[in-house]
Amino acid sequence: MAQTEWILSCEKLTVDFDGFVAVNQMDFQLARGELRFLIGPNGAGKTTMLDMICGKTKPTSGKVFYGDATDISRKKEHQIAAMGIARKFQAPSIFQPLSVFENMELALKQNRSIWTALFRPITSEQRNRIMEGLQLVGLHEKAHMRAGSLSHGEKQWLEIGMMLLQEPTVLLLDEPVAGMTDVETEKTGELLMTITTSCSVVVVEHDMEFVRAFSSTVTVMHEGMLLKEGSMDDIQNDQRVAEVYLGQKAG
Amino acid sequence: MRTAAIRFIQSRGTVGYLLIAAVLFSAPLFISDFRLNLLAKFLSFAILAIGLDLIWGYTGILSLGQGVFFGLGAYCMAMHLKLASTNGALPDFMSWSGLSELPWFLEPFHSFPAAVLLGLLLPAALAMLLGYVTFRSRIRGVYFSILTQALVLITVTLFVGQQAYTGGTNGVTGFREIFGYSLSNPDVQMVLYWITAAVLIVVFLFAKWLVGTRFARALQAIRDGENRLRFIGYNPDIYKMAVFALSAAFAGLAGMLFVLHVGIISPSMMGIVPSIEMVLWVAIGGRGTLIGAVIGAILINAAKTGFSEAYPDGWLYFLGALFVIAVVFLPSGIMGVRDKLMALVQRRSERNTKQLAEKGGESIGANGMDSVLRETNR
Repeated sequence: MAQTEWILSCEKLTVDFDGFVAVNQMDFQLARGELRFLIGPNGAGKTTMLDMICGKTKPTSGKVFYGDATDISRKKEHQIAAMGIARKFQAPSIFQPLSVFENMELALKQNRSIWTALFRPITSEQRNRIMEGLQLVGLHEKAHMRAGSLSHGEKQWLEIGMMLLQEPTVLLLDEPVAGMTDVETEKTGELLMTITTSCSVVVVEHDMEFVRAFSSTVTVMHEGMLLKEGSMDDIQNDQRVAEVYLGQKAG
Repeated sequence: MRTAAIRFIQSRGTVGYLLIAAVLFSAPLFISDFRLNLLAKFLSFAILAIGLDLIWGYTGILSLGQGVFFGLGAYCMAMHLKLASTNGALPDFMSWSGLSELPWFLEPFHSFPAAVLLGLLLPAALAMLLGYVTFRSRIRGVYFSILTQALVLITVTLFVGQQAYTGGTNGVTGFREIFGYSLSNPDVQMVLYWITAAVLIVVFLFAKWLVGTRFARALQAIRDGENRLRFIGYNPDIYKMAVFALSAAFAGLAGMLFVLHVGIISPSMMGIVPSIEMVLWVAIGGRGTLIGAVIGAILINAAKTGFSEAYPDGWLYFLGALFVIAVVFLPSGIMGVRDKLMALVQRRSERNTKQLAEKGGESIGANGMDSVLRETNR
């Protein structure tokens, strides 16, 4: 292992969907506390990478090490989530029939067994934490509204608030600002910054402006493989990246 | 749990519930023994409906196999009553089938507590097993419903085939007494009615408490998006198995009480048609509302009795029509109609008092959860 302390380390991750190799021999490392962007043209395998890390898709071969070298590539989704890897999908993943507060209550970091769910109502301290979380994402006045009746942006913020309460170690975000207005994008960016101070984050993003605003390490994928890793400047000056991704977009 | 109790006492509907409970307990005063017996049967069905509502209305899993769990409970009680009525001799259907002594696995049914325990545990265990196999392999939606139907077919075939142990097509009947009291005595029947009413109320209160816990939030989350729940660290399979087992135990409980009132259980009462009828009670009463399930079970069965008395051949057509009407016009059942009417009245009065334009989404209070549930079921 390298000197840096990796919180997440993928080794030769490969997934084969009935002959279509979506991700091919991909190595990927994330340092503790790092904010990493994962970019690449459509079909590059970015989302599939996240799927494999969080257990949604099982890799055909390769391993995913988490924390102190636990291989999580064969674990179930809920086990991985309980270990501290949170995932945000492209579409807002909230529970529509529940109230905003109840959504937060489910996400709150606590024992997820049936027993506690039945006999341990949340404490006032936890209630305060939920309300603080709601305050942060600006939904404290809508705590008792049905989550399904929120606007698209508000749903995204609720989800970010839920992730905050989950207190993850690693956060996987899939296009967090897709379909948002400029104002919403800005606010979402700020919220994400708040979360990222307390955990390591991988963000899949298409919006290059958004990526540039964060100026951190960027990993470029192309056809399921690692193309280039470096700062945004490195990436923009790279000939191959320009060909497959930026060039494609400009031309 | 105490706060839940306080919340329950303070909630608006409590007066209504107390009224219903009072009517239930005083019913023997103003209806005939025959009607009381029927009502007792309907109340036991209502217990099953509450369980079905928990798994279907709250968790979104449609079980078309509740008849099996109901039947298992009923057979447990019937077996005990049968053994108690023969004074140690072999039950008639067993000797007809050539058995010379009681099979070892039926020995526990000599004991009433053991029979009751088995009547709860057997359905729950069977549900747990089926749930373990299906939920873990992510079998959902119609596929799960079809599997529960298969369970019904298998069980009915098994019970018909194993005549020596189950009484075959005829089922188990011919009980005379419970704890030495004659089952045909109207006073005994009245006590049994009260017991059933009390059990229904206890089950209802338990379910009411349950739907106020985070457990129920998780169930609703499963209905809305099971996978999402996985990604925030819950294991939905365990929750689904638990609620399925609970609904099966309630069905078993209902079956045991049913036998006390009806005096017979046969495979035809646990078959596919009864299993689907059970779903109709909840659908027409209003799924996702516990009281709706209770009302649905009682009303549909009362209507069934009334109709089959007046038009013995027409009942099934009526049932079919009722279902079509419920699906097309009343997707949230009777309770949905009530809510619509109440919303209408409220809107009228609001318009009269203040001309406030309502902006944003609708707000829900502590008691408004049920209406929200129905909203999303639509």
